[in-house]
Amino acid sequence: MNNILEMRDIVKKYPGVLALDHVSIDLKAGDVHCLVGENGAGKSTLMKILSGAVRKDSGEIFIDSKKTEYNSPSESQALGINIIYQDFKLVPELSAASNIFLGRELKENFFLNMKEMNIKAAEIISQLGEDIDVTLPVNRLSTAERQMIEIAKAIIGNVKILAMDEPTAPLTSKEINNLFNVIKKLKENGVGIIYISHRLEEIFETGNHVTVLRDGKVVHSADMKDVNKDGLIKFMVGRELANEYPVNNAVKGKEILKLDKLSSDKINDVSFSLHHGEVLGLAGLVGAGRSELVRAVFGADKINSGKIYIDNKEVKINSPKEAIDAGIALLTEDRNLLGLFMNLSIRENISISSLGKLRRGVFINRETETFETKLQFDKLRIKAPSVETSVESLSGGNRQKVVLARWLETNADIFIFDEPTAGIDVGVKFEIYNLINALAEQGKGIIVISSELPELIGISDRIIVMCEGRITGILQRSEVSQEKILNLATKFSSKVKNAG
Amino acid sequence: MQGEIRRAKLVEIISEFSIGLALVAEIILFSQFSQYFFTAENLLNISLQASITAIIAAGMTFVILTAGIDLSVGSLVAFAGILATSVIKIDLPVYLGLSLGILTALLFGVFSGYIAGIFVTRFKITPFIVTLALMTIWRGASFVYTEGRPIWDLPETFSYLGGGRIIGVPVPTVIMIIVFIVSHIVLTKTRFGRYVYAVGGNLEAARLAGIKTNKILISVYIISGVLSALSGILLASRINSGQPNAGLMYELDVIAAVVVGGTSLFGGRGTIIGTFLGAMLIAVLRNGLNLMNVGSYVQQVIVGSVILLAVLLDQLRKG
Repeated sequence: MNNILEMRDIVKKYPGVLALDHVSIDLKAGDVHCLVGENGAGKSTLMKILSGAVRKDSGEIFIDSKKTEYNSPSESQALGINIIYQDFKLVPELSAASNIFLGRELKENFFLNMKEMNIKAAEIISQLGEDIDVTLPVNRLSTAERQMIEIAKAIIGNVKILAMDEPTAPLTSKEINNLFNVIKKLKENGVGIIYISHRLEEIFETGNHVTVLRDGKVVHSADMKDVNKDGLIKFMVGRELANEYPVNNAVKGKEILKLDKLSSDKINDVSFSLHHGEVLGLAGLVGAGRSELVRAVFGADKINSGKIYIDNKEVKINSPKEAIDAGIALLTEDRNLLGLFMNLSIRENISISSLGKLRRGVFINRETETFETKLQFDKLRIKAPSVETSVESLSGGNRQKVVLARWLETNADIFIFDEPTAGIDVGVKFEIYNLINALAEQGKGIIVISSELPELIGISDRIIVMCEGRITGILQRSEVSQEKILNLATKFSSKVKNAG
Repeated sequence: MQGEIRRAKLVEIISEFSIGLALVAEIILFSQFSQYFFTAENLLNISLQASITAIIAAGMTFVILTAGIDLSVGSLVAFAGILATSVIKIDLPVYLGLSLGILTALLFGVFSGYIAGIFVTRFKITPFIVTLALMTIWRGASFVYTEGRPIWDLPETFSYLGGGRIIGVPVPTVIMIIVFIVSHIVLTKTRFGRYVYAVGGNLEAARLAGIKTNKILISVYIISGVLSALSGILLASRINSGQPNAGLMYELDVIAAVVVGGTSLFGGRGTIIGTFLGAMLIAVLRNGLNLMNVGSYVQQVIVGSVILLAVLLDQLRKG
């Protein structure tokens, strides 16, 4: 069969970085071509060039063997190219149906035919195996539901080539299965799919062909049946990774943090304790209240009742500032929305929570600031020309490292990581696991939230499972299994569907 | 790699000063048309004319950096001038009266800024609406308080502030330079300044990074209020009266100076040096057009066009 898409020798330079260095990929109708590589390898840039959102410096694109030039997403859409981006491109105030039909609204004479759009949107959503009220504004939907809307939007029009950048990151396993069924149907209809994911299991499940990018170059391209997971990882990171999860040798000490019947609007009667040197995992479905729990501890959400003790002393925490002063650090879930300042440099992003100790009189001591942030920059091996680089130009993994560096710089005693490895490649994941272990060995108390159960099981000493804002079980490392966690996470099963 | 970084840096520096280059070009151009233009006397005159709005623009830069806006500045100029002059008119020893008058006006600036800040933070009302309301309130208050009549017959010493000179340099110019130096240092060298950029770049991330964001937001409106009041005092001194219609439409000139200076209305990006150059660009243009005997109606068209052109160039280089 002929290639419906060929990208030939694509080159893209950014100041100080060669993002794509003569990259070529092919896509056949009805195939799933997977793109893998570490953060910053160039996958997202390649997708942006495919969509026309970013201009290539050189190289050619052939569609149905015809050389094609276009310079905007609307032109590429007209050619049947649809992209589902990692960060949502939905209009939060508009209804799900309006978003799905955005730019290709159905009309009756001069007026929008909302009725027809609602019906068609509901149809496509049910094809996706979902049950979402399409008349609700998008900002009232969960992250997983928004992802489904994004997918519906991409497949409703004229679609010949569909690229998905980390489509499953916010989805639960049931929703991922639904997505794979949709992909199967699209393949049967002759749609060519480019699939980007850090979850290698998914790639083996759904892909026909895989291309590995590293530092802007294609390092390997093969049929799925000719490669295995370890081989892929080796190509991605350029070296072999010994263990997926490094061993944690930290000694557990005294209690560092205790919650006593903590309640907020989203969590109910939560009590547990955390010890020096312990890594405590928080498991649960999306919407179970894990992020809300750590936000309450961090003073980001209001606490209605209950007490917090640090080193056996009761503390009152009413704002993130007070939490930081009490020695708590929170690496938030969405680094772009809740963590980073795109207008500031790496240095300024790292030092922002530690300026109190980087002062000389009323002024910021610039030398100390540069010195300290440079130390973190080197220690975490952030890939950027210098600490003065704007964080806007960094890839996802390096952005995450910048936020990590900020909290390391505060010298907190309790570190809370909310989905620290979401959308991050295996190489950086491994570095983050090592970092968590190193903190534990220094006697810090650590709480980790992760939706990837193997990861959570791999790094935690104990796992707390939540459902509907309550703790439904605490599992020791020796007794933990995915089944046990899932059972506890769906304890109030009547309402599970909403929680997903 | 190293070379590329250096080149990127160079591009950054040039674009940083593109407004400065435009200003230089403007000065060269006007020098060709008028002998008088490039004389010390005229340049000091320009700085004096620019000083009132430029001082307010320094405060506005803080507000706009947090992604806010302060429309109340023009009305503040009027009411602060009226407060200052009416206190000064009370029969007190001259210097006590002056100090009290100035203090009252400045405290009023603090008060108005604090009110704006509270509405923006505590009640979550958009800055545009809050300051639009305050603009109307203070303008109305100015007319109510004075019954529409200017406050005259002020002591001789009061006019020194707006009309006096320090080693040949007009006092408002000196005050403007001090305001800009202090603002620049605060924004670039202090923790508060860094927090202003952080709040404007990402409010929620700033809160989660441990910044007391409400305190920062209230502070920037207070800074804007105080500097507007200061300008109001200087203007009242210059015209030697408190006028209820003083500072009319100043908010637009001030916002134009800030935006022409490269500060983003979306917050987080901009410099105080840019604002200074923006204010000067507009002041030089007005002065040059006056010297060339361009009528005031035509001037408005030209100034507006230059503002459009300046922000267009800024957009293109970011493009």
